[in-house]
Amino acid sequence: MDLKKIKLNSALLTSIASIPLLAWSLNATSAEYEVGQKDKQFTVLAMTIKQGDTVNFVNQDPFFHNVFSLSDASFFDLGSYPEGEFKTVTFDEKGQIEVECAIHPSMLMTIIVE
Amino acid sequence: MNKHFRKIPSAIKTVALVGCTTLVMATTMPAAAGNDITFKAGHKSLQQFLLSDMPPSPDNNKFTDARADLGKMLFFDPRVSGDNNMSCATCHSPMFGWSDGLETGKGFQSQVLGRATPTITNTAYNSIQMWDGRKRDLEDQATGPMEAGVEMNTDIPALLKWLKMSEGYSAAFKEAYPKQGINKDTLAGAIASFERTVISNNSPFDNWVKGDKKAMTKQQIKGFKLFVDADEGNCLACHSGPNFTDDGFHNVGLKSFGVKDPDMGRHAQKPLKSMKGAFKTPTLRDVTLTAPYFHDGSVATLKGVVEHYAKGGEVQSNLSANMKKELPLSKKEVKAIVAFIEALESPHDNFVLPVLPLK
Repeated sequence: MDLKKIKLNSALLTSIASIPLLAWSLNATSAEYEVGQKDKQFTVLAMTIKQGDTVNFVNQDPFFHNVFSLSDASFFDLGSYPEGEFKTVTFDEKGQIEVECAIHPSMLMTIIVE
Repeated sequence: MNKHFRKIPSAIKTVALVGCTTLVMATTMPAAAGNDITFKAGHKSLQQFLLSDMPPSPDNNKFTDARADLGKMLFFDPRVSGDNNMSCATCHSPMFGWSDGLETGKGFQSQVLGRATPTITNTAYNSIQMWDGRKRDLEDQATGPMEAGVEMNTDIPALLKWLKMSEGYSAAFKEAYPKQGINKDTLAGAIASFERTVISNNSPFDNWVKGDKKAMTKQQIKGFKLFVDADEGNCLACHSGPNFTDDGFHNVGLKSFGVKDPDMGRHAQKPLKSMKGAFKTPTLRDVTLTAPYFHDGSVATLKGVVEHYAKGGEVQSNLSANMKKELPLSKKEVKAIVAFIEALESPHDNFVLPVLPLK
């Protein structure tokens, strides 16, 4: 499975469990980022990306997390997934997105899509 | 802003993610939620479980004894309720571990409430308040039950007017908040300050963590190992940290979630599937004093609670991902986990009730 396919399918989310991911850029300008969930915190608290970029949310804790956003610019619920798994979000809309963990509400981060 | 996050560098990117390797030694094991733990009294790996003597307080309501003393008066004064007959301590009673011993609370004119009364013990360490997390902190929470029509049904403006007319309260507010006067914020701030004095952090477990080898029995130490082990009790997955809570929300498979139109808990605040029927993880410190258990008060004993988790709950339709659908616990191991939880009860000094102003 690759990110380009995800994009073409208009799917914002995908789950890939504990397997290597081979991916390439959607085009010359899009980029892919990684944000971990470690010690009940996001490893990145704020980041700025460009429209069309993707972010892999990687669980690095020995228990489940449930990453989500209710922001207008990107509304998603990645569901619960364990250590060693990640889920990917492609950010197609500009704006400020607050990302949280449903299980652990002290986990917060912000993504600004330009 | 972006310098701390990782941008995957190449056109072809590989993300290899592998699960953690379980390493089991004689007395050391990886915790279900944290670093490796060595089960030896006083070991440095255990120090993560010690709870500070003083919980944090916000900059706009720094803790002082005067504020706590005023809060204690307000907390125990039944005249703060709509019918002048119900104090905060009516439900959060020190005689019941700062809860009420009931399955679910009783409010204004004995209305039966939907959820169990949570203890206020150690709630000052929590980063979010209420079973569904709808309050941020103690200051935010303190007047909530007063304002709720089904709980204390307090007319806040009328209460503030009465407090201003009271010589005793006027003096106590002046000492606690000399420049701020009597208002809703100082009312809440004082009660929150008192709640920061209701602490449990001196249990046999704490003494064992500090190095007293005899503070816990062999059965309790065995129970702690089972509690920590993700492949046995798996308790630490949620009851983590020094206050034995992750400040998180979980559907734990209670029978009440299977009824028509169940209490959806956290879902009312965060409308996500995993939050349907999810409630906040309570502390386990002094939990021996606060039966019955769970947000619906449906289980009478700690043994019943551990047995509930051992079978993966009653209703598994939206079970927390951090819960397992079955735990390999023998009856002896269930007893050991309960024995460990009993070691989390702190001895308490006799509680001295406040003298309330008559005028």
